Amino acid sequence: MPLVRIENISKSFGKNRVLDGITFDIEPGAVKVIIGPSGTGKSTLLRCINMLAPPDSGKIWLQDTEITAPHTDLIKIRQKIGMVFQHFALFKHLRAVDNVALGLHRVKKMNRSDAYEKAKQNLQKVGMQDHGDKYPAQLSGGQQQRVGIARALAMDPLLMLFDEPTSALDPELIGEVLMVMQKLALEGMTMVCVTHEMGFAKSVANEIIFMEGGHILEASPPAEMFNNPRNERTRSFLHKINELYGESK
Amino acid sequence: MLESVIYILTNIPLLMKGVWMAVQITVLSVLLGMVIGIAVAFLRIYGSKNMRRLVSFYEWVFRGIPQLVLLFIVYFGLPGIGINLSPFLCVVIGLGLCSSAYQAQIYRGAILSIGSEQMEAGLSLGLSKTRTLFYVILPQAVRLSLPGFTNEFTIVLKDSPLAYAVGIAEILKYGRDLIVSSFRPFEIYLAAALIYFVLFQLFYYLFKAIASRYQVPGYIISGE
Ligand SMILES: Nc1ncnc2c1ncn2[C@@H]1O[C@H](COP(=O)(O)OP(=O)(O)OP(=O)(O)O)[C@@H](O)[C@H]1O
Ligand SMILES: [Mg+2]
Repeated sequence: MPLVRIENISKSFGKNRVLDGITFDIEPGAVKVIIGPSGTGKSTLLRCINMLAPPDSGKIWLQDTEITAPHTDLIKIRQKIGMVFQHFALFKHLRAVDNVALGLHRVKKMNRSDAYEKAKQNLQKVGMQDHGDKYPAQLSGGQQQRVGIARALAMDPLLMLFDEPTSALDPELIGEVLMVMQKLALEGMTMVCVTHEMGFAKSVANEIIFMEGGHILEASPPAEMFNNPRNERTRSFLHKINELYGESK
Repeated sequence: MLESVIYILTNIPLLMKGVWMAVQITVLSVLLGMVIGIAVAFLRIYGSKNMRRLVSFYEWVFRGIPQLVLLFIVYFGLPGIGINLSPFLCVVIGLGLCSSAYQAQIYRGAILSIGSEQMEAGLSLGLSKTRTLFYVILPQAVRLSLPGFTNEFTIVLKDSPLAYAVGIAEILKYGRDLIVSSFRPFEIYLAAALIYFVLFQLFYYLFKAIASRYQVPGYIISGE
C-alpha cells in the first residue's frame, strides 16, 4: 500500500486553475523530486498534501485515512507530515532548541525535559547541537534551514515535504542542507522535494516529476528523465535548469 | 528667580494629588483602547469581508475626531440616551475609543509584518490555528508592537489633562485651584509641566525596560 495516494486533485485560486488533475502515489521510503517552471503549482501541491491548502476536488489518502474527507482531524494528520519551508519559517522569538521542542511539548504533549532532550537529539542529527541556544537571527541561512528540518523531523513524521529548501540560500550554504537531506533519504525517510538541485535529484530521487500548468507532464526515474526525456517541454526545461543552476554534478 | 523655583517645588506636592488620577485615567484608557484595538486588528485581518469593512470604518471615524470633541459627545450625549456615567468613566471611554483606533493600527501592522509563513509553520507542526496564534503570532506581535504602544501610551498620558474639561480633579484642576488663591499661574503651570514630564519619563523607561527584558537577539524592531 502506498504511503500517500493523490487522486485527481485540482485547486483554483479565483479563476486561476493552479492544479488541474494531479494523480500520483508515494511509496514508503520513496524520494520524489518535483520540478517545473515558476507559478506552476508546485508549492500548492505540497500544501495540498498537508491540507494547508485543501484541494477543491480529488482525494488524498495518507495510509488508509482519506485526509480530504470532511471532518478529518487535520491536527493529527499534520503531525505525521513534516514541512520544510523555502524561507525556513523558524519561530523568530524562540531559540533553535525551543523551535524544535515546541511541537513536541505543545502538540505531542511530551513533558518539558523529554521534549528538550529529544529536541537536542534532533539538532544533533542535522549537525546543529552546538547552536541550540541561538536565536534564528543569529544563524546563517543554512543553519536556519537545518533547524527547520530538525523541527519537522522531531515530530517523527511519516513523510517530509520540502519546498525549495535551498533556493533562498547563498551558494556556499546549499551543500550543508542537501547533505542533511541526502542523509535522511538514505535512512529511508519518505520525501517529496520541490527543488532545482539536479545533483541531489540524480543521486537520491527515485522519481522526478515534471509539472507545468497544473499538470504532471512527465514522471520518471532520474536517469531516464535526464538521458531520454519523453516530452519536448521537459527537455527544454531541463536545458534551462542547466543554464541557470549549472550542469548537475 | 530662586524664589520662583522654590515656589514651584513647594507646590509640587499639592499637585501630586492629581497624579494618581492622571495615571488612572491614562492606564484605563489605554487598556480599553488595547482591548478594542486588538479585537479590531484581528477582525481587520482575519474577519469576513463585511467585518473588515465595518472595523476599518470604525478606525477611520475614531481617528478623525478630536479627543475633546469625542469626550464632550460621550459626556453630554450618553445621558441624552439614558446612560448616566460618572465623568471619570466618560473620560476613560472618550480617550479609550480614540486610542483604540490608533492601537488597532499598531497591532495590525505588527501582525502583518510577522507574515503568513509563521502561521503555516505552526499549523504544519499540528498546532491548531488558535494555538499557533497564542504560541507563535502573539509573542511576536507583542514585541513588534511595543515601540508603537509605548508611543501611544505617552500620547494618552499627555492627553489626560482633557479630563479637566469635565471637571475631574487631576493635576491641572489642582493647579487651577492654587492659581485662584495665589495668582501665580506661570509657576503653577510650570510645576504641572514638570510633573507630566517626570511621569512621561517614568513610563517611557518602564516600557523600555520591558522591551529590553523580552528582546530577542537580532529580532529587528523598528523605532528606538
Ligand atoms: N494563497 C494564494 N492565493 C492566490 N493565488 C495563489 C495563492 N497561492 C498561490 N497562488 C497562485 O497560484 C499559482 C501557483 O503558485 P505556486 O506557489 O504553487 O507555484 P510554484 O510552482 O510553487 O512556483 P514557484 O516556483 O515560483 O515557487 C501562482 O500563480 C500563484 O500566484
Ligand atoms: Mg513555490
